[in-house]
Amino acid sequence: MDYRALQGYGSFFMSLFLVVMLYGYIVYLYRSEKKGERDFEKYGNIALDDEITSTPVEDKSASERLEEEDK
Amino acid sequence: MQSNAALEYDYTVAKLFTYTTILFGFVGMLIGTLIASQLAFPELNYLFGEYGTFSRLRPLHTNIVIFGFTISGVFATFYYFGQRVLKVSMAESKFVMFIGKLHFALYVLLAVGMVISLFLGMSSSKEYAQMEWPLDILTVVVWVLWGVAMFGLIGMRREKALYISLWYYIACFLGVAMLYLFNNMEIPTYFATEGLGSIMHSVSMYSGTNDALVQWWWGHNAVAFVFTVPIVGMIYYFLPKESGQAIYSYKLSLLSFWGLMFVYLWAGSHHLLWSTVPDWMQTMGSVFSIVLILPSWGSAINMLLTMKGEWNQLTDNPLIKFMVLASTFYMLSTLEGPIQAIKSVNAIAHFTDWIPGHVHDGVLGWVSFMIMAGLFHMAPRMFKREIYSKKLMEAQFWLQTTAVVLYFTSMWIAGITQGMMWRAVDEYGNLMYSFIDTVTVLHPYYAIRALAGVLFLTGFVMFAYNMIKTMISSRELTEEPQFKSPMA
Repeated sequence: MDYRALQGYGSFFMSLFLVVMLYGYIVYLYRSEKKGERDFEKYGNIALDDEITSTPVEDKSASERLEEEDK
Repeated sequence: MQSNAALEYDYTVAKLFTYTTILFGFVGMLIGTLIASQLAFPELNYLFGEYGTFSRLRPLHTNIVIFGFTISGVFATFYYFGQRVLKVSMAESKFVMFIGKLHFALYVLLAVGMVISLFLGMSSSKEYAQMEWPLDILTVVVWVLWGVAMFGLIGMRREKALYISLWYYIACFLGVAMLYLFNNMEIPTYFATEGLGSIMHSVSMYSGTNDALVQWWWGHNAVAFVFTVPIVGMIYYFLPKESGQAIYSYKLSLLSFWGLMFVYLWAGSHHLLWSTVPDWMQTMGSVFSIVLILPSWGSAINMLLTMKGEWNQLTDNPLIKFMVLASTFYMLSTLEGPIQAIKSVNAIAHFTDWIPGHVHDGVLGWVSFMIMAGLFHMAPRMFKREIYSKKLMEAQFWLQTTAVVLYFTSMWIAGITQGMMWRAVDEYGNLMYSFIDTVTVLHPYYAIRALAGVLFLTGFVMFAYNMIKTMISSRELTEEPQFKSPMA
């Protein structure tokens, strides 16, 4: 098998791998929301409520504090 | 970080890039209209000696509209909504502010260098990558500075999650950086010829088919990461913000993002169908181009569904009209592109005027409309004045929509006519038409395209006038509008 054929097979299997990853991502998005672990739709409000004085949808400093407490 | 009290977003850099967007938009479209007219009326090639020929002006048109107008628009909108979705002000960091201003200063230097060198005919002869190596190096510096400003702001943010528009801007930053570096690997001919060549003229490090592949890997992804990715990012911010409606499905926006990232990079070889590149690579380019419809339409449908139940805004607010039409043209051009990438269709479409027709329904109807809508939305917030004239905006919308329709319909007819005439053979297998026969037949369509250029340019002048009047003499606002942009 010459290297061009290998390139072709390499491309095919990499595409297949990435397709599996992408479909896995879809499953993850919907499953995690269904289980109540994540709410992705709330992030849409980041654009609507974007004053500098607005309360962040997820406060970075607050979540960092929580992570430190967990440690 | 300072306290939140009396802290405001700082739009200094966003304003500077807004000015260059307007300037380069005008210059790029003016040159575009001139070269469209030259194709219809060749005597217009001799207006300014060697500096006014089609061959000299065409790279100037493409480089100015891509790297002048569009990229300025990307930078202007980034420095505007980047702060807002991260909930952090540029004023909070002297370093980020300095980088932003340096970014602008070097960008202007680069733009001036690009315009002068291309007018002088200095070119590395690679499409959309004509700048010579010193300017390529400066481009890298400008791009890295944008990255520093972007990741600097991200590092300072209060909002933990990065809004989807920023994902697209980060992808634009990374994608262009990777592709630009690989495609512009070049050697000055002075070093390749033991001193016989020129220090200011370079040749690609790749040769033959490899060079073509790298070139179109870049060429097509310039469309992906300059004309698509950041513009999708823009509409995901500006449409919800202007309409007061959150994105219809945030999950779909995430999914479309990864779909687009996964598929787009592989589609470039459709520019080389029926050429010397390996057959499997051509087929891959075709297949991935077709698959590309899914993430593209995923984003476009998400944009249109964002307006669900709020379609009355389409009649009330011309800005919504601009954005809805932009997403509609996005759907059109992302369907048309894959059709052209089907091998049998490409056999007719390749090298014909259908290709610039396709490019322009994308860049005029989608990219330009979205950038202008973005700047219109930003203007009352940046300059604290209402938009100068709603009527002028409405007139601009209809004039430019007519222009886009005239442009792409004339080029559809011209391209297909051209493709069919080139292939037509008589009963003995002889070609039925010579090249000049096609030129004669296409003349009316070239004239229509030139007219479309004049109309679109006129619309852009109306936009520029409306923006300038908004900046200097429109009614002042006492408070920032939350959603709908105020206009007189």
